[in-house]
Amino acid sequence: MVKTGQIAQNQLRSFLKAGLLALPFLTGAHPGALADEDVLKEAARDKLANFVQQDCGSCHGLTLEGGLGSPLLPENLEHMDADVIRDVILGGLPGTAMPSWLGLLNEEEAAFIAEGLKTGAFR
Amino acid sequence: MKMFFAAAAWGAGLLLASAANSDDLRGTGDLGLIIERATGTALIVESTDRTVLAQVEGLGNLSHASVVYSRDERYAYVFGRDGGLSKVDMLTGKLADRVMQAGNSIGGAVSDDGKLIAVANYKPGGVNVFDAETLELVSEVPAIYDEEGNQSKTIGLVDLPGRRFAFSLWDGGQTWILDYSSGLTPKITRLKDIGAFPYDALVSGNGRHYIVGLFGDDGLTHVDLWKEPLTVERIMEGYGKGEEPLPVYKMPHLEGWAKANGMYALPAIGRHEVLFMDERDFTEVDRVKVHGQPVFAMARPDGRQIWVNFAPPHNDTIQVIDILERKVIRTMKPGPGVLHMEFTPRGNEVWTSVRDKNEVHVYDTTDFSLKKVLPAEKPSGIFFTSRAHQLGL
Repeated sequence: MVKTGQIAQNQLRSFLKAGLLALPFLTGAHPGALADEDVLKEAARDKLANFVQQDCGSCHGLTLEGGLGSPLLPENLEHMDADVIRDVILGGLPGTAMPSWLGLLNEEEAAFIAEGLKTGAFR
Repeated sequence: MKMFFAAAAWGAGLLLASAANSDDLRGTGDLGLIIERATGTALIVESTDRTVLAQVEGLGNLSHASVVYSRDERYAYVFGRDGGLSKVDMLTGKLADRVMQAGNSIGGAVSDDGKLIAVANYKPGGVNVFDAETLELVSEVPAIYDEEGNQSKTIGLVDLPGRRFAFSLWDGGQTWILDYSSGLTPKITRLKDIGAFPYDALVSGNGRHYIVGLFGDDGLTHVDLWKEPLTVERIMEGYGKGEEPLPVYKMPHLEGWAKANGMYALPAIGRHEVLFMDERDFTEVDRVKVHGQPVFAMARPDGRQIWVNFAPPHNDTIQVIDILERKVIRTMKPGPGVLHMEFTPRGNEVWTSVRDKNEVHVYDTTDFSLKKVLPAEKPSGIFFTSRAHQLGL
C-alpha cells in the first residue's frame, strides 16, 4: 500500500513527458493550458474550491486544519513552493496516505489548488 | 401517576406542567441525530414518521464527527473534529454541555456501564476519558509509543466489556487496551507491531474480536480478547494479491455491524472490492467487485444485505450485496456525496446522507423505494439512538 505514491510519481513523470496532464478532468478545462487562472472558469473554480473543502477535507479537515492528513493552512505550507505542492497533489506522497490525484485532477487544476492553499483561498 | 405529575407541575412551574400532559411525553428509541458538517449543527429526527424535530446549534467544527448515546438514550455525545465533546439532550433538542478537550479528534466510545466517555484524538495524540454525567476530564492517556517520546494519532476506539476501551495508534502501529474496572487510573495493555498505519478498527458485537484495518500493510490484524495473554494475529494476509493498489481518495470505515451470516463484510483498501471473511477462522470466503473504493460496508441488522457506499469519484452511488449469493443486487444513485447510511433499529429502512444535494434519503430495504426526502445542510453522519445498546457503537 505504501508504494502507491512511488508508482504514481513514476506515472506522473511519464505523463508529464507525454504532455498528457493537460487533459480535462474535474473541471473540463481545455487541453493545452498551463497553470493560468484564466483557463479555469469561475464555475470550475467554485467546483475546485468545493472539492478542496469536501474531498481534501476528508483527511485534511473541512477548514484544512488537519486530520489524519497534515494541516494545509498557509502557515503550514510556507516552506513549500506552489509547484512542489502541485506535484504532491498529482503524484501523492510515498509512504503516506496521500494518494496521487492524477486520475481526478489535471495539472492546471492542481496548480490552482496549490496556489489557493498557499494564499488561504479555501479557508 | 397523574396526581404526582400534577403536584410536581404545581411546584415546578411551566416546564414540568407541559411534561405533566401525558400526550407530550415521548420515548427516545426512534430518535437520531444527523450531523450537518458545514454548519456545526445537527438535526434531531425521528424514524417512525420520518420527520425532523429540532436543529441543535453550536457543535463546532464537524468536518468529521461521530456520536455515541447514553444508555438511557436521552443524551447524545457528539465528537467533533475540533476536539469538542458536546452532550445533546435528545428530548429538549438543546446542547446540555460542551467541553473542548483536544485540538483535533476523530471519535469516541461510551463504557459498558455508561459512566465514562472516551475520545480518540489526533492532536495531541491519545485518548481522553470523561465523566459521562459532568463531562469532567477523569483520565488522560497520551499515545507515546517509543523511547523518543513520539506521540501517535489514535483511531479505532471502541468500548469493551468490563469498563474497558481498545484503540490503535496510526503512527505507532500498536493496539492499546485501557482497563478502568478498578478506578480511574487505567491498567494499560500495549500490543506492539500490529502492522503499518492502522486506519480504523471494529469489535465484534460480543466484545471478543478486535479487528484492525491496515493502510500500510496488505492484510488485517486480529486480537482475540477472550484469550489471555492477548496476542496479535495477522489475518487475510495478502488479500491484495500483490497487485498495485488503486489510489484511496477517502479512508474506509470499519464498524462492528459488518457481521452478517457468519461473515464479516470488509471494505478492501486500494481495491474496488468488498471482502467476506469467515467469522470463526478469519479466512476469506469471497470477494465481490463493486463500483468503487468502498467506504462503509454495513450489514442490515438481520444480516441479509450489505449496503456499500464509495470514495470519490464514485460517491454518488450505493450498492446492495445479497449475503447468500454475494452478488450486487441493486445499484442506486442517490446523488453526489453519499457519505453515510444508517439502518432503522430493525432494518426496515435505511437513512442516507446525500451531501451535495443537501438531502437525506430514506429507502425501504425490501423494495428499495424512496420513502422520504428530508432537507439537511451538507449532511454527513446519521446516528440512531438504538446504538446505545450495542457494544462497540
